[in-house]
Amino acid sequence: MMALRIAEHELRRLFHGPLAWLVLAMVQFFVALFFFVMLSRFLEPSGWAGGRGLSGSVVPGTFRLTANILLLIAPFLTMRLFSEEQRLGTLPLLMTAPISLSELVLGKFLGTVAFLGMAVALTSLMPLSLLLGASLDLGQFATGVLGLILLLSAFVAIGLFISTLTSQPAAAAAGTFASLFMLWIIDIAGQGGGDQAAAIFSYLSLLRHYENLLDGFLRSVDVIYYLLLIIAFLALSIWRLDAMRSNP
Amino acid sequence: MSGETLAVLNHVSRSYGRRLAVDDMSFEIRRGEVLGLLGPNGAGKTSTMHMLCGVLAPGAGHITIGGHDIIESPRLAKASIGYLPEQPPLYPDLSVDQYLDFCATLRRIPRAQRNRARHKAKERCGLMDVGARLIGNLSKGYQQRTGIAQAIIHDPDLIVLDEPTVGLDPAQIVAIRALVRELGATHGVLVSTHNLSEVRSICDRVLIMGAGRLLLDQPLATMETGTLEERFLQLTQSDDPFMHSGPVS
Repeated sequence: MMALRIAEHELRRLFHGPLAWLVLAMVQFFVALFFFVMLSRFLEPSGWAGGRGLSGSVVPGTFRLTANILLLIAPFLTMRLFSEEQRLGTLPLLMTAPISLSELVLGKFLGTVAFLGMAVALTSLMPLSLLLGASLDLGQFATGVLGLILLLSAFVAIGLFISTLTSQPAAAAAGTFASLFMLWIIDIAGQGGGDQAAAIFSYLSLLRHYENLLDGFLRSVDVIYYLLLIIAFLALSIWRLDAMRSNP
Repeated sequence: MSGETLAVLNHVSRSYGRRLAVDDMSFEIRRGEVLGLLGPNGAGKTSTMHMLCGVLAPGAGHITIGGHDIIESPRLAKASIGYLPEQPPLYPDLSVDQYLDFCATLRRIPRAQRNRARHKAKERCGLMDVGARLIGNLSKGYQQRTGIAQAIIHDPDLIVLDEPTVGLDPAQIVAIRALVRELGATHGVLVSTHNLSEVRSICDRVLIMGAGRLLLDQPLATMETGTLEERFLQLTQSDDPFMHSGPVS
C-alpha cells in the first residue's frame, strides 16, 4: 500500500526537525493550562459548571480548546505538504515515481492526520485523568474525540489543497488559516438573516457540527459533513496536481 | 550499438500559454547508447525531459516507454525510468541513507532488496562515506551525486539526466562521465548539456535542439572531428538574435 509508505515518510520527516516536537509541546502546554483553570473553576462553589458535571463542562471545554489551538497550528503543518515540495524541487521525484496522484495525496493526508492524532491522544489523557477521582460519561468523551479527529482531518484536507496552489509555504499557511477561520465563524453570518440563511450558514460552519459531537450527539449529518468536506478537498487536490502537468 | 528501443517520442509538442516550447519532436532511445541532448538556453531541453519522464503532459503527440504510453499507463511506463532533474530533488533534512531508502520505497523495491539496491547505488556514485550525513550539509558535488544515485537505485532501463555535471569539480566530472559511459553500456541514457566536449567524450549519438525543434539527430561516429562545434553554431545561431550580435557571428 503505497499511500501508507508515503504517510510513514511524511511522519518521519516531521519528527526529523524541531517542528513536530514543538507543536506537541505547545499544544500540551496550553491545553494543560486551560484544563487546570477550568478544573479549578469547576471546584469553586460559584457554580460555573451550572450543574452540568465534569462531562458537560471540563471535558468538552478541553476539546474545544484543543481545536482552537490546532486551528492556529494546522496551517503550519499543511503548508509543508506540497508548497515545500515545489519549493525544494522534489515534486518531480514524486511525479516520476510509479505511484498514482491519489496514493500521493492520500499518503500525505494520512501522515499529517496521524501526527495530529498523536496530539489528540496526548491531550485526551488530561480529561481521562479525571477518572482517577470522578466518573465520566465515556460515550460523550468518545464522540468528543471523534469530533476532534474529524475536524482536524477537515483542517488537513483544506490545507493540503491550498498547499498545491502555491510554491510559497508562507502563502499557503496564510491562505489556509484564512479559509479555516472563515469556515469556523461563518455561522455568525446567519444570525442576522432569515431562517433559511441561518440554516445554510450554520450547516457550513466547521464549529457547529463540532459542538454537536462535543455535546455527545452522534448524528450522521455531522459526520457526513466532515467526510464530504475531506473527500471534496482531497479530490480537488488530485485534480489540481493533475492539471499542473498540463498547465504549470 | 542499436539494442531494443526503450523510448519513443512521436511528434511531441508542448506550449506554455502562447509560447511554443517544444515543437514536433520525434526521436528514439535504444538500449546501449548514450544520447546527448544539446541546445542553447531555452531551447526546450528540460521541457522535453519533463515530458519523457511524465512530469509534464505533452500538448500533442505520444510518448511510449518500453511500449507503455506515459499518459495512458503511467505506472508501467514510469517503472523503467530514472530521472535526475536540473535541480536534484533532495530533502535537506534527511540523511543520504534515509533519502535513498525513501526513493527505493517510492520505486516499489521490495523491503528485502532495499539495502542491496541502496548499497549498489551508493557504491556507483561514490557515496559510501557520507551515508549517515544530512543531505543539507553536503557539498554541491555530493548532492548532485545523491541525485544521480536516486535516479539509478531501481536499475531502470532508461536513465534521464538533466545537466548531471553542472557544479562539480574536474575530478568529479571525470568520475560522473565514466559512470554515465558505464551505465550507457547496459541501459539507455539521455543526457542534456551545453558542454560540447562532454558530448564528445560520453555520447554515442547527438540531438541538437533550437527554439523547440529538433535540428539534428546523428551518431557521433559519423561526424568528423571538429564538426560538432561548427554544426552546433550553424544550427542554433539562426534562431537566437543574441548569437547574431555576439562575437561568434
